[in-house]
Amino acid sequence: MSNLTMSSPTPISKSSGITPTPPEDSNSQVAAPAFDVKNLSIWYGEKRAIKDISIQIPARTVSAIIGPSGCGKSTFLRCLNRMHELVPRTRIEGQILFNGENLYRPGSDPAMARRRIGMVFQKSNPFPTMSIEENVLVGLRLNGVRDRHVLNERLEKSLRMAALWDEVKDDLKKPGMSISGGQQQRLCIARAVAVEPEVLLMDEPCSALDPIATARVEELIRELRTRYTIVIVTHNMQQASRVSDRTAFFYVGELIEFGETAQIFSSPRERKTEDYITGRFG
Amino acid sequence: MPPPSRFADKAFEWVTLAMALVVVLLVILVGWQLARGSSAAIQKFGFHFLATSTWDPVAEQFGALPFIYGTIVSSLIALIIAVPLSIATAVYLTELAPLWIRQPLTSLIEMLAAIPSVILGLWGIFVMIPWLRDYPFPLLKRYLGWTGLFTGPIYGVCMFAGGIIIAIMILPIITSVSREILRSVPDLQREAAYALGATRWEVTRIAVLSYAKRGLFGAMILGLGRALGETMAVTMVIGNTPQIAASLFAPGYTLASVIANEFTEATTDLYLEALFEIGLVLFAITILANLIGQLLLRTLKTSGARRAA
Repeated sequence: MSNLTMSSPTPISKSSGITPTPPEDSNSQVAAPAFDVKNLSIWYGEKRAIKDISIQIPARTVSAIIGPSGCGKSTFLRCLNRMHELVPRTRIEGQILFNGENLYRPGSDPAMARRRIGMVFQKSNPFPTMSIEENVLVGLRLNGVRDRHVLNERLEKSLRMAALWDEVKDDLKKPGMSISGGQQQRLCIARAVAVEPEVLLMDEPCSALDPIATARVEELIRELRTRYTIVIVTHNMQQASRVSDRTAFFYVGELIEFGETAQIFSSPRERKTEDYITGRFG
Repeated sequence: MPPPSRFADKAFEWVTLAMALVVVLLVILVGWQLARGSSAAIQKFGFHFLATSTWDPVAEQFGALPFIYGTIVSSLIALIIAVPLSIATAVYLTELAPLWIRQPLTSLIEMLAAIPSVILGLWGIFVMIPWLRDYPFPLLKRYLGWTGLFTGPIYGVCMFAGGIIIAIMILPIITSVSREILRSVPDLQREAAYALGATRWEVTRIAVLSYAKRGLFGAMILGLGRALGETMAVTMVIGNTPQIAASLFAPGYTLASVIANEFTEATTDLYLEALFEIGLVLFAITILANLIGQLLLRTLKTSGARRAA
């Protein structure tokens, strides 16, 4: 069972066990982080959902965000591709650097950022009027790709990457809603990777799936790690320990601890983290 | 606690069923009454009633074709004008408008529906028609006259004016139904598109409109149903001349208008019967339009989001 191998994540040599404290002093041979978040606060109207968070999310690793409901983990994730802006009356303070560039540079187009930072949602959401093929290719078509050859190639590549190709290759013209829930979620992953983003954000991608489908998606996340920076929000601590290299623990809008997954789950530095992972609250 | 009453439950079922049946019965009764009221005319003219164009009460020659033509053409003009406007308005209201503008604008549009149609007709005669006659119509004639649709003398009252006034009348219903339909599109669909880097227009196109297209089509059919039966305002601006002319600048006549105009003048039995038959035809066209709409809706469903086993 592949789950067993997944439950002991191999430590990534280039990561360096950073805590939320300013990490400038840490080993300088670390590759530039994909996201460098500095003193981030987010408001919904009057409510401050994220409180002064600083975190560096390394590239080409899986970072998990755990924490009890309402801790701001989804809000934080949605800041990373500017999705939270769709909610009226949100306000952001602080800075997010994506590959060294200010993600919120005044005048920059959030749509451009989202093309580089893909997202997979809690519930699978294929476009119901589109076929499986059209669902995968919709992002490319938005980008103006018309070359049939390129499209076909990308279609197969994306579906293979989402470990869905063998199951649907004869039904590409069928509606995206005609496959099972787990397959739909993998279709959404294929749709997200088809535009070749640099990052995949996953917002509790398995919460609506049964255990078998979940195992399938988790396996997929492990495979995608070599190509993408993945940030996954999950309320399932076992899942975090299975799929991630690094884990961040959020609690009521604050980042309590961020470190290597093995360390977070075996010897957390913070009392709150320990209480949460041992099930004392949450 | 007493056991739940099976009787009450049954009674509830029967009462609601009875209510539903009353509605069906009403429709059947109306159809039957119309058919009975026009039986002599049906016997006398037969199919000619639907296929000839002479409407001469003095000679007792009755052909309904110009009215059928007028009803269908004026309704189509209304749809062509109202549907894009309504859907665009609904998209603006649900997808783009800032929150503070949505509610006032929605209320204003719904207020349009509350204007009595006779008032709208008066406005049509005294404001809309003089303006149309002086500005847009001559332009249309000059630049689109070659199509044959905008030729001939411009009187002001005409088929086109009738279509425009109907468009104004069906605009609120199509807009508010479309708005409800667009609002029912799950946000998850929009987010899926946004996450792919879609612009607001692209989100609207791939996530919202395609998801809602069946519902929007239904809203259009609802508007068509209204358009076909619209009477007062149209009667006041369409010119009331039973003729079939290619030019939309020529006066026309609708089924509903002829009933409203001539009912009190129908002195002979046959004349009255002919008007009843006009009513029967209108009734049939409305039902037919709805049926065709439902049928089209079904094909849209099967070709769109078909659920394979």
